[in-house]
Amino acid sequence: MEDSLLMDAVERFVKGEMSAQEKIYFEDLRKNNPELDQTVVEQIFFYNELEKYSDRKNFTIALHEVETKLSEEGIISRNLPKGKGKLIQLWARSKRTIAVAASIAGVVSLFIASLVTSVAKQTPTNIKPLVEKLNQQENKTRQIENKLNKLEAGVNTPIIKPRLDAKFRATGFMIDAVNNYIVTNAHVIDQAKHKLIIENNKGEQFNAHSIYVNPEMDLAIIKVDDHDFPKMATLPYTIKKTNAELGEQVFMLGFPKQEVVYGEGYISARNGYQMDTIFCQLSTSANEGNSGSPVINKNGELVGVINSLETNADGVVFAIKAVNINRAIAEVKKIKGNEAIAFKGSNALKGNDRVNQIKKLQDYVFMIKGN
Amino acid sequence: MLGLQNLYYCINIRPVTTLEQEKLLLDGLAQESKESIERIYREHYSMVKSLIINNNGSSDDAADIFQETMIVLFEKAKSGEFELHCQLKTFIYSVSRRLWLKKLQQSSRFISQNELLEETIPVEDDVEHHEKKQNDFNLMEAAMAKVGEPCKSLLEAYYIQKKPMQQIASDFGYTNADNAKTQKYKCLVRLKKLFFAQYKFSE
Repeated sequence: MEDSLLMDAVERFVKGEMSAQEKIYFEDLRKNNPELDQTVVEQIFFYNELEKYSDRKNFTIALHEVETKLSEEGIISRNLPKGKGKLIQLWARSKRTIAVAASIAGVVSLFIASLVTSVAKQTPTNIKPLVEKLNQQENKTRQIENKLNKLEAGVNTPIIKPRLDAKFRATGFMIDAVNNYIVTNAHVIDQAKHKLIIENNKGEQFNAHSIYVNPEMDLAIIKVDDHDFPKMATLPYTIKKTNAELGEQVFMLGFPKQEVVYGEGYISARNGYQMDTIFCQLSTSANEGNSGSPVINKNGELVGVINSLETNADGVVFAIKAVNINRAIAEVKKIKGNEAIAFKGSNALKGNDRVNQIKKLQDYVFMIKGN
Repeated sequence: MLGLQNLYYCINIRPVTTLEQEKLLLDGLAQESKESIERIYREHYSMVKSLIINNNGSSDDAADIFQETMIVLFEKAKSGEFELHCQLKTFIYSVSRRLWLKKLQQSSRFISQNELLEETIPVEDDVEHHEKKQNDFNLMEAAMAKVGEPCKSLLEAYYIQKKPMQQIASDFGYTNADNAKTQKYKCLVRLKKLFFAQYKFSE
């Protein structure tokens, strides 16, 4: 109760509502009673915090009202309609602090929503597809590099194709070296609004077009169009017939940058995000551009295709189980003109050391670019 | 590309009229004026939106980042020591950019090395300061959530909606303003306890 009285005094003191006489008395009291003074200091501090909180809160409410108004005018667009505002608004403001807790409860629906509507390109907030958006700067740098390389080599390439001004980069790999089919993620193909190309490790680009896109499995199959695409030997890998084992060591090749990058890790869970059985979980690091990277075990068997990473956690990467590639191939077979597709692989990687495995593998892994 | 453009604004002396207008706008912001907020949105939202969209963000991200930028701006305006050395536009762009960079870093451990390289005006301190304030705000918010009813409504009515005690007494069914006041202080003591239970003095 005394605390309440003191608070009243402090409040009036801070607001300047005390009479001169009262003020003198109050300050006298503080001077002569260090313990009380300590409490007063604390209360003034608290009172100021409360004031700041109140101002911020009022501002946030005003902010939200303006936002709602402008949303109605179409100036601001949000995918998630912000219903009765205030609560959601406040949630939005403090979501960083509660993000961890929320991710446990909130993610289920988010992810399901994304599965259903992934055609409409909704990505759950803490799952990050690994396509890298390229900016013009990088394109230019690359063009200059290419020119320099050509000058250095002193070779005039006989066929000069205009190079694509790519807007994104991801990874894909060969699944049929006879008919030149390549697999990558559906969300990668989603990015290709106009043009799609593949680029090999020599920097040569070839036109391709998408044959099959399955957003549910996040798999897509594309076919190389160009006739000058070099003939390739039989695939040095096979698709593992069973699911990858927990703890199984794996490695991957992908294009998080403009050259092939090697990564390794292990299978850390049998299922993917929220127990999604299409996916499995890896413990490794993946970056933008890694989407569509092949995940291969030590015997040279394909166990998965990288598709996303969890942004809330460190080193949690998801891959589509490789068995799904068989499903995709079966479906492509039904598409007119693509009946010939077949996965013919060998176990050429088996028994090789890692360096040799990579050497053999890297010709079959491509950059997927487009705009 | 954008950075260069803004640099240009920064080294250019602002026309007096713009300066005055922007000063008024910031004063309005400090008063939580909706008109000021709306004007800033109308003038600068599209710029921030294209910044976010062009750098791996969605329109939702853009709305979030702009909101947070507005709060940084509000805090600055409120502190009274804010002197804008370049156009408001540059400040808004710089803060949004900084916030977005941080968000990208937090969310995925990496950012594309080629993007967002250009610096505009240094706002790191402002953003850091804002984070501290945000944290204090969250603590008070959490304490408020825990204080329970009728305390929460009572405190909000008095400290946020700034209703007079008389009205609060009748709204909440207290016999008179003094009773309501006593109750309010009891609630405040509780709130204070909750707040300090979480608050860590940094110094």
